[in-house]
Amino acid sequence: MPDRSPPASGRLSIVVVEKDRDRAIQIVDALSAGNDYDIAVIGSETGLARQIAQRAPDIVLIDIDNPSRDTLEELTLASGPLERPVAMFVSGAAGGLAKQAIEAGVSAYVVDGLQPERLKPVLDAAIARFQMFRRMRTELAETRKALEERKVIDRAKGMLMKARGLGEEEAYALLRKAAMDQGKKVVEVAEALVTAARLLG
Amino acid sequence: MKTVTLSAAYIPLVDAAPLIVAQEMGFAEAEGLSLDLVKAPSWSSVRDMLAFGRVDAAHLLSPVPVAMALGLGGVTTRLAAVSVLSVNGDVIGVSNALADRLSAAGFSFDFADAKAAGEALCRVVDKPLRIGVPFPFSMHVELLTYWLGALGMPPDRMSVRTIPPPLMAQALADGEVDAFCVGEPWGSIAVEQGVGTLLLPGSAIWAFSPEKVLAVREDWAETEPHLTDRLVRALWQASHWLSRPDSLITTAEILSRRAYLDVPTEIIDRALEGRLVISARGDQRQVPHFLEFHAGLATFPWRSQAAWIADRMAARAGLNRGLAVQAGRAVFRSDLYRRALKPLGAEMPAASEKLEGAIREPMTQAAVEGAVQLLPDLFFDGRIFDPSAS
Repeated sequence: MPDRSPPASGRLSIVVVEKDRDRAIQIVDALSAGNDYDIAVIGSETGLARQIAQRAPDIVLIDIDNPSRDTLEELTLASGPLERPVAMFVSGAAGGLAKQAIEAGVSAYVVDGLQPERLKPVLDAAIARFQMFRRMRTELAETRKALEERKVIDRAKGMLMKARGLGEEEAYALLRKAAMDQGKKVVEVAEALVTAARLLG
Repeated sequence: MKTVTLSAAYIPLVDAAPLIVAQEMGFAEAEGLSLDLVKAPSWSSVRDMLAFGRVDAAHLLSPVPVAMALGLGGVTTRLAAVSVLSVNGDVIGVSNALADRLSAAGFSFDFADAKAAGEALCRVVDKPLRIGVPFPFSMHVELLTYWLGALGMPPDRMSVRTIPPPLMAQALADGEVDAFCVGEPWGSIAVEQGVGTLLLPGSAIWAFSPEKVLAVREDWAETEPHLTDRLVRALWQASHWLSRPDSLITTAEILSRRAYLDVPTEIIDRALEGRLVISARGDQRQVPHFLEFHAGLATFPWRSQAAWIADRMAARAGLNRGLAVQAGRAVFRSDLYRRALKPLGAEMPAASEKLEGAIREPMTQAAVEGAVQLLPDLFFDGRIFDPSAS
C-alpha cells in the first residue's frame, strides 16, 4: 500500500461517528458550510476501528461521551489498523483548541502530520455544533426536572387539600411556609410528604 | 483542617470501590478531602479528563500511565501512579459456541489452570481467535498476550479488539468476538445474559497483577504534595476497610447504587467474595485472591510491576526495551506512596522492586520496620521477571 500522507491541499476527508441521524446531519451541515470536505458518517459502531481504517480519513470526530471512543484508541497504535497512526490532536500545538473541544464534548482524532491551519476551521465548526447539542441537552434535562418537581408539588398539594380540607392556594401556602421554616425548598418538603404518605399506606 | 474538594474520574466497575468507599465511608473526609466523583463513559475519557485538568485524580488501568510515558496512544501527558487501587479481578470468557467445542473436547472448566485452558483453546480454535478487551492499553491485553503467547499461539492467530464493556455481551452474542477479557461486573453480566461462559480468572495467568492505579498528573503531584499525600492516605484507609470481611455487604450495597454501578448487589458480591458463577447453568467456582484491595501490600506501587508492563508493551510496539523499562519504572511512584503513608505507620517493604513471579506461597519479607506479608505472584508458566535484567 502506498504511504498515505495527509494532502497538503486536496480535499480533507472527515469521518463523523454519530448514531443519531438528526445530529449527524446537523454536524455535516455545519462542517460543509462554505467548505469542500469529503465527509462520511458512520452510524453503526460494530467494528468501528476497521470501518474507519477502510476510509483512512484525515480527521475523525466523535462525541466525547460515546463509549465506543475507546475503540478509536486502536488507531493511535502504529501496529493498528491504520497505515498512518492518528493522534488525538491535543498533544500538538493546538492545545487551547483541544481544551475547548473537550469542554464542548467533541473529541477529534487527526492523522499524523496534518497542518494545524487546516484543522482549525473543522474543529471550530464542530465545537460550535457540539456546544449547541450540549446546551440543548442541559435545557431538556432542566425542563424535565421542572416538570417532575411540579408533579410532586401537585401531589403534595392534593394530599393536603384532602387531609385538611384546604383550598389549593392555602395548601401551597402551607407547603411554602413549612419549607421556609425548615430552610428547605418547596419541592423537598413536598417530596418528604409524598414519601411519608406512601410509607404510612 | 479545611476541607478541599478534589474531583476524581472513575469507570463504573467493582474495582472502583476504593474511590467510592473513600468518599462514602468518610475516609476522604478524615483527611480533609471531599471527593467529587465523576463517572466516565470510556477510558479515553478518563485519561483525557485527567490529562487536561478537568479532574485531579483518576481510577485508571495500570498500563495507561505506562503507555503514556512510552509515548504510546493518543495523549502523552506525564502521569504518576501514586498507589495501586486493586490487584487482579479480570475474567476471561468465551462464547457459548466456543464453550460447547471446549466441552466436547473434554475440557472441564476448572476456572483455575491457565495452561490447560489455553491448550484446550488452541486445540479447538480453527480460525484466528477474536478477543474483546476494554482498551488497547490494559492489563487485559497484557494477560491475554502473555498467556496465549507463552503457549505458542502466533500473534496472527489472535485478533485483540477494543469493545466497550457494556457492549461486550452483545458483541459475543452477535458473533463479533469469540472470547473476551473484562473486569467485573461485565463477565458476570455476560453469564447472566446467557451469552458466555467464564474460562479463567485473570489471577490464573498472573497471580498478583496490578489492575487499576490511582493516577494524578505528575506536575500536580509536584505542586500539591500535601493533597497528594492526603489522597493516598484516604485511599489506603478505604482499601483497609474493604479488606475486612464484614465490609462486604455494605460495599456491595454502596456500589450497586444508581449513581455508581447501577447493578444488582448479588452480581457485585460475586467479585467481592471471589465466588464466580461461570455458566448460565449456575456452576460456581471459588477463586482465592480473585480481587484484592489491600492484602499482601496490594496498594504498593512496585516499580517492578510497571517495569514488567513497560517491557511487554515495548516488545509488542518494537521499542527499545531497556529504555522503556526505565521510563515505565518511573511512573509507579513508590516514593510518593511511602512519603504519604509514613504518618500512618503502614507496613512498607524494604525495597521498591521485587522479582515478579517468584513468590510461590504467602511469605513474610523484611520490611522497613518488622516484616510484611506478601501473596503469591506467580505467572502461570513459572517464568520470573527480573526488572534489573532489561
